[in-house]
Amino acid sequence: MASTMLSVASASPFASLSPLENVKGKLKLGSASLSFNKAKGNPFINAKSFCRISMVAAVNASRFESVTMAPPDPILGVSEAFRADTHESKLNLGVGAYRTEELQPYVLDVVKKAENLMVERGENKEYLPIEGLAAFNKVTAELLFGADNPVIKQQRVATVQGLSGTGSLRLAAALIERYFPGAKVLISSPTWGNHKNIFNDSRVPWSEYRYYDPKTVGLDFEGMIADIKAAPEGSFVLLHGCAHNPTGIDPTPEQWEKIANVIQAKSHIPFFDVAYQGFASGSLDTDAASVRLFTARGMELLVAQSYSKNLGLYAERIGAINVVCSSADAAARVKSQLKRLARPMYSNPPIHGARIVANVVGDPALFNEWKAEMEMMAGRIKNVRQKLYDSLSAKDKSGKDWSFILKQIGMFSFTGLNIDQSANMTSKWHVYMTKDGRISLAGLSLAKCDYLADAIVDSFHNVS
Amino acid sequence: MRPQVTSTEAHCIGTPRAFSSSIDRRLNTLVRHLVAPSLLLDSQIRNDIMSASPTSGFHADSVFAHIDRAPEDPILGVTVAYNKDPSPIKLNLGVGAYRTEEGKPLVLNVVRQAEQQLVNDRSRVKEYLPIVGLADFNKLSAKLILGADSPAVQENRVTTVQCLSGTGSLRVGGEFLARHYHQLTIYIPLPTWGNHPKVFTLAGLSVKTYRYYDPATRGLNFQGLLEDLGSAPSGAIVLLHACAHNPTGVDPTIQQWEQIRQLMRSKSLLPFFDSAYQGFASGSLDADAQPVRMFVADGGECLVAQSYAKNMGLYGERVGALSIVCKTADVASRVESQLKLVIRPMYSNPPIHGASIVATILKDRDMYNEWTIELKEMADRIISMRQKLFDALRARGTPGDWSHIIKQIGMFTFTGLNSEQVAFMTREYHIYMTSDGRISMAGLSSKTVPHLADAIHAAVTRVV
Repeated sequence: MASTMLSVASASPFASLSPLENVKGKLKLGSASLSFNKAKGNPFINAKSFCRISMVAAVNASRFESVTMAPPDPILGVSEAFRADTHESKLNLGVGAYRTEELQPYVLDVVKKAENLMVERGENKEYLPIEGLAAFNKVTAELLFGADNPVIKQQRVATVQGLSGTGSLRLAAALIERYFPGAKVLISSPTWGNHKNIFNDSRVPWSEYRYYDPKTVGLDFEGMIADIKAAPEGSFVLLHGCAHNPTGIDPTPEQWEKIANVIQAKSHIPFFDVAYQGFASGSLDTDAASVRLFTARGMELLVAQSYSKNLGLYAERIGAINVVCSSADAAARVKSQLKRLARPMYSNPPIHGARIVANVVGDPALFNEWKAEMEMMAGRIKNVRQKLYDSLSAKDKSGKDWSFILKQIGMFSFTGLNIDQSANMTSKWHVYMTKDGRISLAGLSLAKCDYLADAIVDSFHNVS
Repeated sequence: MRPQVTSTEAHCIGTPRAFSSSIDRRLNTLVRHLVAPSLLLDSQIRNDIMSASPTSGFHADSVFAHIDRAPEDPILGVTVAYNKDPSPIKLNLGVGAYRTEEGKPLVLNVVRQAEQQLVNDRSRVKEYLPIVGLADFNKLSAKLILGADSPAVQENRVTTVQCLSGTGSLRVGGEFLARHYHQLTIYIPLPTWGNHPKVFTLAGLSVKTYRYYDPATRGLNFQGLLEDLGSAPSGAIVLLHACAHNPTGVDPTIQQWEQIRQLMRSKSLLPFFDSAYQGFASGSLDADAQPVRMFVADGGECLVAQSYAKNMGLYGERVGALSIVCKTADVASRVESQLKLVIRPMYSNPPIHGASIVATILKDRDMYNEWTIELKEMADRIISMRQKLFDALRARGTPGDWSHIIKQIGMFTFTGLNSEQVAFMTREYHIYMTSDGRISMAGLSSKTVPHLADAIHAAVTRVV
């Protein structure tokens, strides 16, 4: 009998078992079709009682009958819709994933080199500690704050590897919910669509501060300051470190100083989302300036980091949550509690992406190569911005000022198109973008700028 | 500024309203942690506690001052302690990670092969996976646990989503049930994996236990199990270890499983299987999946959390899957859409590397066969360690009946040693294990069995 069981066992999942004599009997009961193994010599399954119980099970309705169909994710759903479109001119400007001029996904050379090294070394696949790969945590904090930063030297930063930006934000949100009950997170209006979901699911209350000014297609700085000032003391203020998503509009250095002033005055806690370090301007240090400005003032703050874009490691889910504290002791305690939140979520984080980052960022040669590739990627986006601006200015005879495209920074541009105009972009021009008027320039080639300009001009002027 | 619904208020009954100052909030948190709830009803006492007097000893220099240091995770903390020990004879029988006879971590040959293939494939990119993960991986995982001929799979009644190993699958399943199922109580066996209660509590379920382990027999308390499940409210969720119960190694027989199934179906209890050791327990993938398949064969619904950490040695890659077997394809599709809403604000989409390795192996006939051979070797080595330890204790005349060592199955043995005896073994013999008396057989070798037998013998004869 044992050998019979084992011979069934050796068939792989993709092989059909029907040739085997062991499987018999399909029994139809109403709309449910049931089959059961009457493996040779298997005395354990009593066919009769099986049938009776099966009948009872088949008649009951699903316990999940009342579950409704959820709407598709507004950002990730765009790519799904794009894939389904067969039109030859279709353009995917939805999700923020970098594309080459040929509109192909891009795996960085340094990443391929790192992966080859890793395979050659034949490292093991043991569990990481709950806080992640130590080598990764070290280089990621140094990358963000600068290796010479006092906060690093004084061990005042609690760094825990997280599942890219989303996962790192989620850990921080869980920490806020548990240790700052009732505290609100202030988020920009607009902001990345998933921010609200993260705080909602974490049961952290949030409210918005004014950010985007549609009249200027720029920053509503006065509104931003006023709203941060008006919030209850001790709120968390979610700030995009650079390359604001979805608008591409960043505060100037002077404005950052003023933002820091009002945050300090209200004892708020800055909470940075840094998903584009190096990707915005092309310089890792420049893009970290806002975080470093706040840190230099001695403020305690949180920073969620992602390597999805700047190292092209989207699918590896690699990032970190950093908490800058006023003492090494506080940092140790905070780190221990972040671990306590990660353990019941996924136990410990995935190694692959962490090793890639540790290998690239921790090796001087690869690090320099990375900087060059990043400048190339950021440079392509700047070129595309220029070309798009030129095309729009040439094609739009209305005299509208499109220069905001050049002033915005990073992967995205907030076109100013409203929901209906954005819908027109898709329905008439097969240009896929998010409903808020955001386009991902990373998905645009120089060759397609004219086509896109036509689409934008048409949607802007002919649809209201 | 639009204040949002403070969901904290809705969910946390008894939590004070939003604070006017962060100091108030910190004090309140301390008060809630330190003061008995009944005292808080007296507003006089509350006022006394909440005023920050100069002599109160409360340091307001860090916003994290009130955050305590969390203790090390009890299971993972064992390895932390082990690493700190300088003794040359130390033995780590804590965490359940397989070790070779030489005491080394093992990466399966077939995994190395798959990884080499992936790295060599120049067409591979690192684009975001869909929220539900790698499609091939999901299909193959469902077939692996449910059987290639499973009608549930053929009828599209199963939704399978890639998650972060077993933990992530349990958490996502728990969160889904907390939102969409009508009975928010989950029954877990006593004892169970230490992380189970935390996962389900944070997911939003209320956790109760059912009797499972009988210390007198070091076997299954089957009567107790039937009684407790029999008195559970109709529709309650029941966590079942598919095979190789962790930490006891005690599994129901097939006949007992059949009785459990009948009882559960008669009370509409919802099964939630934790399958972390398929193929690892007996050496046969199909045999270890029997309990799950019995439940699915009766046409009823269930959840299954799968992990590839042990059976493919992919611990650190965090690969697993959650399958929900539903009554109809339509329900499965709606359920899947809601699972995406749980996942997106947690980590957006899962990591690609581990899932790609699994899919590569499962879909290739030769690699699959090689895998089953390597898997059986691991399972056989563990079974032989059980025999050797049992023989060694008998040879020493260690008091007590140690036959449970060879009756229990899987990676762990519940020795029956108490926490004082465990502490003694750590102190005097440098044996690292969890304080509940659980040892990981995977951490033993022929060379180290004598040392462990000596330690157990000493503990049993000298410590009560």
